[in-house]
Amino acid sequence: MANIRELALTNERLAPGHRLCPGCGLSIIARAVMRGTKDPIVVATATGCLEVSTTIYPYTAWNVPWIHNAFENAAATISGAEAAYKVLKKKGKINKEIKFLAFGGDGGTYDIGLQSLSGALERGHNFVYVCLDNEGYMNTGIQRSSSTPYGAWTNTSQVGKIHKGKEQFKKDLTAVVAAHHIPYVAQASSHNYMDLVRKAEKAFAVKGPAFINVLSPCVPGWKYPMQLTQKLAKMAVDTCFWPLFEVENDKWILNYDPGDNKKPIIEWLKMQKRFRHLMKPENTHIVEQLQKNVDFRWENLKKLCGKG
Amino acid sequence: MTEQLKEGNGGHTHQKEHKQKLKNWKEIPIGGKILEAGNSKEYKTGDWRTFRPIHIPEKCTNCMICWMICPDSCVNVGGVDDPNKGKKGVSDKPNLGNFGGFDLDYCKGCGICAEECPFKAIEMKEEKEFKD
Ligand code: SF4
Ligand code: SF4
Repeated sequence: MANIRELALTNERLAPGHRLCPGCGLSIIARAVMRGTKDPIVVATATGCLEVSTTIYPYTAWNVPWIHNAFENAAATISGAEAAYKVLKKKGKINKEIKFLAFGGDGGTYDIGLQSLSGALERGHNFVYVCLDNEGYMNTGIQRSSSTPYGAWTNTSQVGKIHKGKEQFKKDLTAVVAAHHIPYVAQASSHNYMDLVRKAEKAFAVKGPAFINVLSPCVPGWKYPMQLTQKLAKMAVDTCFWPLFEVENDKWILNYDPGDNKKPIIEWLKMQKRFRHLMKPENTHIVEQLQKNVDFRWENLKKLCGKG
Repeated sequence: MTEQLKEGNGGHTHQKEHKQKLKNWKEIPIGGKILEAGNSKEYKTGDWRTFRPIHIPEKCTNCMICWMICPDSCVNVGGVDDPNKGKKGVSDKPNLGNFGGFDLDYCKGCGICAEECPFKAIEMKEEKEFKD
């Protein structure tokens, strides 16, 4: 794999001038992922922050062929494009190697687009799906999604006398996708950009569907100072809230184990104002619940990776 | 009309005038098509900025981490010749990108580059300190 300084000489596939918030994790991830292949790519993006902010009329930030579609069908759209490409190739009308990539947020992937993603994975199209998980519907004004963590404030999981933020745990989408037994599934984080580029390279290289779930810190949604995006992503990994792993042909591989340096989840929570209420003494039981859940999932993952 | 000004500091460029004129209905292509890929470049997000990144060349090792993690693709890539080539820890391979200054037309001043530079070679300074 190329190092950063070699990558720096490759073409920029996402132009500046897009209107994502300052410090947004989405474009860091999108830029890194698109460096995972030298072949031409076709991109479809589900409705979400990345989609709307990069394509405010009459502008587009995409230097690659790009398809706009609805919230729920990025995977269906890209599988259609891939199927058309296959036919044209068979007829001899195209002979170059082209890669197909779909981006969706957690709203468009964990929730609304789950069935079209599942269908495309099951049909076995040759494409890469990248979920940019910012843990909520941030584009429409910060509503909860099935990816929002337990205890988090959002506009639809309010904090008051009775309710103390979201009352359900985060869906484990990466495992849901792994259950489709596709050739490549991975979980990555923006702070470990070389790991992300490596995973994107692998995903583009396999024949058949590949999926990467990337945690993407959101400045207004998580409520933290904008320069800390990479720190937030790193802490999520160090607390094992967001472990880095890959599933290659059903073999689970752990990429990073902080071991004795595993940090308590409160370290990550206290960096974000969406968890501010959890710092109050009367809410410690919520933090404990979340910690228990994180530990349970982490031990489970280690077992799957043969490390437990 | 816009005019590019070169500044002494690390090759900064700055847009003198930020006026961005929208096309009128006669100029918009039929069907509302966008004819040029990546034309968001015409929209300068630099005026969102309240803090400006300042590069300190003496501390910089050209590791290009800032380039990799800038959400707005506004760390420029400089010439391929590495002035540090052969020094300890620096690869002598050809074809490596170098730090080539910030593109202040688009930099939103998030400060991620300053936060993540392992050598503290970027500092954020308040925009009002600059006259232009
Ligand atoms: S991260 Fe720092 S040391 Fe590395 S290229 Fe950028 S300014 Fe130079
Ligand atoms: S301050 Fe933010 S937008 Fe500006 S160059 Fe640094 S990382 Fe990029």
